[in-house]
Amino acid sequence: MTLLSVLGVISSAIFSGTSLLYTTLGEVITERSGIVNLGLEGVLLVSASSGFAVTCRTGNPYLGVLTAALVGGLMNLVLGYVVVTRGGNQLASGLALMFAGFGLSALIGKPYVGAKIHGLPRILLPGLAKLPRLYTSLFQFDMLIYLAIPTAFLVWWLLYRTRWGLGLRAVGESADTAFASGRNPWRIRYQALFVGGLLAGLGAAHLSIAYAMNWTEYMTGGRGFIAVALVIFSKWHPLRAIVGALLFSGAVAFQLLLQASGVKVSPFLLDTIPYFLTLLVLMVWGGTRRYAAPASLGRVYHGTES
Amino acid sequence: MRETTPFFRSARLWQKWIDSVARYTLMILLALALFGLILLLSGRNPLLSYRDMLKFTLGSAYGFSEVLVAMTPMLLTALAVALPSRLILINVGVEGQLYIGACCATWAALTFSHLPAYLLLPLMALLGMLGGALWALVPGYLKARGIVNETITTLLLNSVAPKIVSFFIFGFWHSPVDTDKTANFVPAARLPTFFGTRIDLSFWIALALLGVFWWFMKFTRWGLEMRAIGGNPQAARRNGIPVGSYLVAAMCVGGAIAGLAGMAQVSGYYGLLLANFSRGIGYMGFLISWLSFGDPLGILLMSFVVAVIFTGGNLLQLTQALPFAAINLLLALTLFVVLARVRFPAFARGKAS
Amino acid sequence: MADLSRGAPGRTPLIGMRGITKAFPGVVANDGIDLDVYPAEIHALLGENGAGKSTLMKILYGFYRADAGQILVNGKPVSIRSPQDARKANIGMVFQDFTLIPALSVAENIALFLPDLPAVLNFGEIQRRIRAFSEQYDLRIDPQAMVAELCIGERQKVEILKLLLSGARVLILDEPTRVLAPHEVQALFHVLDNLRRDGYAIILITHKVKEVLECADRITVLRGGRVAGSLRRSEASEVGLITLMFGQELTSPRVERRKVRDEGVAPLLELRGVETRPSGTETRLKGIDLQVYPGEIVGVAGVSGNGQRELGDVVLGMIPCARGRKILFGKDMTRASIGTIRRHGVGYVPEDPLNMAVAPFMTVLENIALTRTGHYARAGGLRMDWQAVHRDVQEAMERFGFPFSLYVPARTLSGGNLQRMVILRELAPGPRLIIASYLTRGLDVRSAIAARQALLHARDEGAGVLLISEDLEELFALSDRLAVLYGGRIVGTFQPEDTDVYTVGRLMTGAEVSHA
Repeated sequence: MTLLSVLGVISSAIFSGTSLLYTTLGEVITERSGIVNLGLEGVLLVSASSGFAVTCRTGNPYLGVLTAALVGGLMNLVLGYVVVTRGGNQLASGLALMFAGFGLSALIGKPYVGAKIHGLPRILLPGLAKLPRLYTSLFQFDMLIYLAIPTAFLVWWLLYRTRWGLGLRAVGESADTAFASGRNPWRIRYQALFVGGLLAGLGAAHLSIAYAMNWTEYMTGGRGFIAVALVIFSKWHPLRAIVGALLFSGAVAFQLLLQASGVKVSPFLLDTIPYFLTLLVLMVWGGTRRYAAPASLGRVYHGTES
Repeated sequence: MRETTPFFRSARLWQKWIDSVARYTLMILLALALFGLILLLSGRNPLLSYRDMLKFTLGSAYGFSEVLVAMTPMLLTALAVALPSRLILINVGVEGQLYIGACCATWAALTFSHLPAYLLLPLMALLGMLGGALWALVPGYLKARGIVNETITTLLLNSVAPKIVSFFIFGFWHSPVDTDKTANFVPAARLPTFFGTRIDLSFWIALALLGVFWWFMKFTRWGLEMRAIGGNPQAARRNGIPVGSYLVAAMCVGGAIAGLAGMAQVSGYYGLLLANFSRGIGYMGFLISWLSFGDPLGILLMSFVVAVIFTGGNLLQLTQALPFAAINLLLALTLFVVLARVRFPAFARGKAS
Repeated sequence: MADLSRGAPGRTPLIGMRGITKAFPGVVANDGIDLDVYPAEIHALLGENGAGKSTLMKILYGFYRADAGQILVNGKPVSIRSPQDARKANIGMVFQDFTLIPALSVAENIALFLPDLPAVLNFGEIQRRIRAFSEQYDLRIDPQAMVAELCIGERQKVEILKLLLSGARVLILDEPTRVLAPHEVQALFHVLDNLRRDGYAIILITHKVKEVLECADRITVLRGGRVAGSLRRSEASEVGLITLMFGQELTSPRVERRKVRDEGVAPLLELRGVETRPSGTETRLKGIDLQVYPGEIVGVAGVSGNGQRELGDVVLGMIPCARGRKILFGKDMTRASIGTIRRHGVGYVPEDPLNMAVAPFMTVLENIALTRTGHYARAGGLRMDWQAVHRDVQEAMERFGFPFSLYVPARTLSGGNLQRMVILRELAPGPRLIIASYLTRGLDVRSAIAARQALLHARDEGAGVLLISEDLEELFALSDRLAVLYGGRIVGTFQPEDTDVYTVGRLMTGAEVSHA
């Protein structure tokens, strides 16, 4: 095993982890406001397909990223209408959103299957330019990768250091109390969903516009569900989400490494490792960290006089 | 005594049923209108599409039988969600349990292909149920011990199960011709069909199970205790009901039913095992069960509606050149409209939030 | 009706409520209520459960809207449609179940309610303001502590600080002493006194006559949703107020105490050095030694949160013993399941029946059958004998004198009826050991008397009773023996006649922890 292959694995972990991190951060925000979005998979698909379509049409990847983010926000607002305004069950509505995403993304993406685009440009960090070409190609990252970890800190700052974040966390813990403090739980949940959708959209954009640079049906491959799991893994905390996303994509990368180094194991079984790892971590943590979940996660807020 | 007699209560129940059926019908019409709009926007004729869908599904005996065929796995997977849901267990894992059930049944079909049908089919069913039950045992146990929430574990295991099925197919079971599916099962491993259609035995089994479920919850001691746990688990435990055992058992029975659905898919519908065959049937069952509040009759009606949409959507692929996945959108719109409990003036009661 | 302005001629009341009426389905909670509250006074709103006190105050605080009537602030009519409107009118309320968010810190909880909170938080400034108020009014608290880690008395302080910092001039406190130990009650009254001196108006919702006489300036008594009387403290007497509250004088049951215990009889329950594992919010029990003999009531006194709930749950088997042995009816049942323990004849009346004893959406009859499903099952469990259940319940209802509907969902029963239902369910089969937690909490006086009588009756029949409560009056009235629980330990055991409320109260609050 060479240094190059190890670096290659790290590089691919960063590439595949980025979309996961954005999506997880978005879900942290929505779950902190008390809404679990199982339809993330669908949101990602629609964002990825529409972002890709716009990039294809205009040739401008930035426009594609912007579209993907906005579309993500809009998709989440649809969920908001069903679960916040109409009080629908969150899990079921989320799954319905997922099916909607399957359908919508297939419709949007159909003309663009196999299309080619110029993705987000990749930039090399100044200090690394002296390295051999073989190495630098591994560490040429796009803008979204460089912004991923700062975004996590931004989300942390929003949640813990601003009035809006305080209100949002209060809504997630006790919508009644937040209402009594003059917050509007409905509005805050819509806002959280929209921001969460924007971030998920960025994740999807990274996937289709920067990383894979193509569109295929069901291309997100369960990332939406993984993000939901990662939110729990990271204890609803944006900074721990960085660790979670890296760990998960690192496990995927490790599997690639094993294959690269010629270990004969079925790729299907290797694919299951990250999931079992997450399960294991949940089991180890689960017993002790149950109280970290926002207290009113999943509950409908009806108002006080219902 | 000012207590209402059972008769009056059942009369009111009927009134409620008629009300809700009417409301659901209106909701579905609304969803059709919304999807029609999308069809119109994408340059297709919605009226023509709907006419095709209806003609193909309800307009002919064959079409109708195809609806019932599509409905069968939905009935079973919805039941696999509905039973644990009575104990407030959220079994999102039907998708995975279905795969494992199918996988185990396939193993029996391939290994004991020399057995006569009356031995092989029960064996396949048994193994399928066992596989599903085992796949649900882990989340059930972790939940009962209060370690991890079953929603998240079942979701994770859903991602694992199809990979295991693929592992077996690609590694060992694939037919000489294809790499992603097994060879056709021997006739003894196929569920018998009826009326010259594709309706197979599992349809009748699903109906019977729904009936048994209703009777079980309503009349038996275990049904009573399960309702108590569903109503208030803390209180049920203090009342001496072994809640932990019930949680594990209910998850396992749910998993077993899902496994049976998987067995029925490979033994009845496909006649072979195919990688990634489910396409979200498990999630569909989850939705159907939720929309009908785990009520057996509701499951029957909702499954029928969803089956009509799917069977019809299959056809639109041909006549309207829609991608097959697009029909998911009509389904999702229907679900949204129902989940959002859209109100119509005639049925408006009380103010919304 | 008394003339309300008589107490303070010429002053404008800070709050005036005129002809407030509010009906809920099936009950008129407030029926034309008038109330005036002046600055710098503590105004007690007295009445038994269901008299309409809380409803009236929730209307003032904007949680409910009155069907009719008017609210004046400083003599000007205002429309209060939400708690926000109320706070804009400088009205604040401390609810019985506090509205703090456990997962947030004290400072965050208070910041949430600040009307002038900047978009980007400055916790240094917020903490400075909290410290200023907490020193001025003796409400000392660490602003950085998580609320989840605070005890109930401290949480109450946070609630009051929250209102003060948000600029409230009228403080409504709903049964503030319910959750407090005696010395904490004194501290609270001291705080209220200081606040009054600075011109705050305080409305105290309570049903405790003694406390009203201790701290209130004026008292308005509600009965059945109407004002039964309004008087100054100097005009009020204990008997007078009780008469106003109930319309008639009620007597407590006379209790015949079992002085002699037959030492030859084996105990029904024996805990030997029982300890529990620390877990979540539970209080850890340490080295519990306790016996309950047939025909006696053992009272366990303690302020809630000191292990009462856990003690009952350990006996029942809800919480496992980490160490020690639990002997029931002469058998070691340390590891027995709840089902087994119940089948041996243990009845359990938990402190919060709606959450701990019943499935709210199942009918009363089904709920009653729940503890004995095996007894009523037929055909091996395929069928339930509902006629037998019905017969038994009818018989028990006559015996206890507890009528309630059987075919309605349990949640539709009132709190009192629910408690009666649970008492009937647990006591009717004739258990040998009864665990009763907070037997009369939430009950009106009439139901409380009935519940106590049912318990005494069971004792006289030979059952052993473990009575867990923080109501000293009740414990002294009923117990044959009295143990005090503090911090998960039993810190003292008494014969009720050999001790007094003050001694036990001090032990309950940890004032004199003897090293047992």
